[in-house]
Amino acid sequence: MNIEVLYFLALAMISLGLVLAFIRLVRGPSLPDRVVAIDLVVALAIGIIASYAILFDQPAFLDVAIIIALISFLGTIAFAYYIERRV
Amino acid sequence: MGSIILHLAARYLMPLLLVFSVFLLIRGHNEIGGGFVGGLVAAAAFILYAIANNVQEARRILRVHPRALIASGLLVALSSGLVGWLTGKPFMTGLWLKDPLPVIGKIGTPLMFDVGVYLVVVGVTLLIIFTLAEE
Repeated sequence: MNIEVLYFLALAMISLGLVLAFIRLVRGPSLPDRVVAIDLVVALAIGIIASYAILFDQPAFLDVAIIIALISFLGTIAFAYYIERRV
Repeated sequence: MGSIILHLAARYLMPLLLVFSVFLLIRGHNEIGGGFVGGLVAAAAFILYAIANNVQEARRILRVHPRALIASGLLVALSSGLVGWLTGKPFMTGLWLKDPLPVIGKIGTPLMFDVGVYLVVVGVTLLIIFTLAEE
């Protein structure tokens, strides 16, 4: 079995996860649910970028994944700050 | 927000983000990156510090007012154009030093212009965010 098939399989599974996370993002009854869903979407996006970078041999794309990983932490904290102040 | 996790994470993440922003800035001429992205990442480092502590503390650690960063960035970008002019070539001609430096690589006026963009982006972003956060 070709190793590339595994990366395409991983991309498909992550895409499925993205769809499920988006369903939670749209339906989520409360604001914290949506914030956690956004965090999950970001983590899955990092996974997609990493798989794509390996699959097509583009190491420069990994920098984007690093930046997103560092910044998404910031976004989640900002949301938490907002929720804490609103209550 | 008095979370100890956030304080420690900010203390370790901020230098990492700043180093990465400089890395993006220097690599920008030949590969992916550049002054704009680097400036945004550096601004994100200061915003993280402002969220973990407070805005006054972040202003103190920045040392200078964001407005001064914008002005000096524009000055650096302008002087990168003047270098070509002073040597008798058209305004904003890209000039490079002959020998590349050990770590940084080749130095020239395009890199200088990128440094100016970096400073302007950091200044503008921090000016906007600090003003909004202090309201």
